Amino acid sequence: MKLLVTFSKKKGHEPIIAKVVKETGVLISVERAHIDSVAGEVLIDVPDSDSQIVCDLMRAKGATVRILEEGIDRNESECIDCGACISICPAEVFYFDENWKVNLRKGRCVLCGKCITACPHQALSQTL
Amino acid sequence: MLKSIDEINAKIRDGNVNVVTAEEMPFLVRELGEEKTLAEVDIVTTGTFGAMCSSGAFLNFGHADPPIKMERLWLNDVEAYGGIAAVDAYLGATQQSTTQGERYGGAHVMEDLITGDAVELHAISKGTDCYPRKTITTELVLEDLNQAIMVNPRNAYQRYNAATNSTDHTLFTYMGTLLPNFGNISYSGAGALSPISNDPEFRTIGGGVPIFLCGAHGMIIGEGTQHSPGTGYGTLMVTADMKQMQPEFLRAATMHRYGVTLYIGVGVPIPLLDLELVRSTAVRDEDIVVDIVDYGIPIRARPSIKKVTYADLKNGKIEINGEEVRTSSLSSYLQARKVAETLKRWIIENKFELALPTRKIDNKKVAKPLRETARVPRVKDIMDWTVISISVDESIRTAAKKLLKGEADHLPVLDKDGILVGIVTTYDVSKAVVKESGNQVVKDIMTTKVIKTTANEHIDVAARKLERFNISALPVVDANNKVIGMLTAIDLGKLFAKRWQK
Repeated sequence: MKLLVTFSKKKGHEPIIAKVVKETGVLISVERAHIDSVAGEVLIDVPDSDSQIVCDLMRAKGATVRILEEGIDRNESECIDCGACISICPAEVFYFDENWKVNLRKGRCVLCGKCITACPHQALSQTL
Repeated sequence: MLKSIDEINAKIRDGNVNVVTAEEMPFLVRELGEEKTLAEVDIVTTGTFGAMCSSGAFLNFGHADPPIKMERLWLNDVEAYGGIAAVDAYLGATQQSTTQGERYGGAHVMEDLITGDAVELHAISKGTDCYPRKTITTELVLEDLNQAIMVNPRNAYQRYNAATNSTDHTLFTYMGTLLPNFGNISYSGAGALSPISNDPEFRTIGGGVPIFLCGAHGMIIGEGTQHSPGTGYGTLMVTADMKQMQPEFLRAATMHRYGVTLYIGVGVPIPLLDLELVRSTAVRDEDIVVDIVDYGIPIRARPSIKKVTYADLKNGKIEINGEEVRTSSLSSYLQARKVAETLKRWIIENKFELALPTRKIDNKKVAKPLRETARVPRVKDIMDWTVISISVDESIRTAAKKLLKGEADHLPVLDKDGILVGIVTTYDVSKAVVKESGNQVVKDIMTTKVIKTTANEHIDVAARKLERFNISALPVVDANNKVIGMLTAIDLGKLFAKRWQK
């Protein structure tokens, strides 16, 4: 399950993710991170069974956690199934099925947004 | 055994014509053999659906009261060419909106018209005795126009080179997004389903031949612009009535940071008159070879990285320098199939008859590059040949002195062999001084990813680097990466001033 964790760095440099890993023993995979001097936004992937405990502990430490059900959204009426998105995506979300229709594995999306600009038909958007 | 076009058309009318798509042909020929395939199959339909920038339409608006000679005109703020009579115009697919930039263009106007949406026409004129009116603004739908005739100068490329990018930054091109360090490969074209690939000798493809164009019954006018069958890159000029077109087969698009383009569907029926045509329509993706070219090198003859077939490209992964690189298609194979299937259905349902070319297309021609008569300035013509440089182990203080003395803002940093390894600017030096972090040397503050140029590079290419990376100077290096001079924004400024003096 993908969680979008945002936190403020005003309270000092508490290593939230490292602490949560240490305290819960859950192996957190960081898929994308943007951290500057005032705030951080980190996309993490955790096993579904451990998501509740990770969410609770992150929140207890002052972070905001959002569960991302779906990453990228496709407008079916704009998509022409060209496949320009396929090689752009670092997470291999897009693929051709046997009939050359573009299919999505939304669960893999890391919300990098590369496909949104790469789509010639502006068929992709982020549901944030 | 030979078949005539009249026999084939008679079979269409009698309802017993046998039509297959180009995709089915290789299997049929393998199963039945060439002779039997010729006896059983009458027509092979082809199809392609992709970005075809060289497209547009002639429009006639009818006369206003009082009448106006539309000298300049815009449709939803997209300018159309008005230098043809009074109320005729040519709307080009790639023309961009004056208000929305690359998000909306001629292609979008065409899509809106075909979808049935209203489009705002605005035109201006100086006014004449016969056309006194000076401006007009009105809303129009496709039905309001007397004619909306698509005429595309260059469509249906026989095949198209695939694209990749050797540089360390992302490129945004008409071939889509190209990731750095050979991060992906982008290709276009339907391979063995493409019209010209099924008749590369242009025996049945030629002027006057009826075709499928964006869901309408269209026609081939003749060879397309840049037609180059001699090198395997033939093209077609095609036409059809926009009023018959279907939105499914005409789609406006925007290539990020490149601009507007139009996706269209083109399908050509090939009558199987003889064995030679059976063979050419049995072409497979494996038989059609293209180069993967490096768009990171900004010259016309971009270097080829590798030769591959459409079968390789469609496979999804290609090896470059020992690594697997994923491929992306810009054209839609799903839609190309729909084009070929739709054309097949039209023929079977007796809605579409075939014709042989009334005008032959040259099948040997090779397209030429542009003849340039004015000498293009190169970096060596305006660069500064004096090199003020510094070595990696020198102090920040020395760097500051050199910058002051040389009245420069950039110092190329050299290793002990004189090879360029970094660059420091007045900003880097000032920052280091303010931070006062003690005994730092040049190596600690330099930028190691140096954007550079060569003496023979075109000025426009060097200027584009300054613009793209938001920098003001480029070290000029030789083949061994030794610095031979600097090119600064000031040098470019001088060149610009000279142009005005001419």
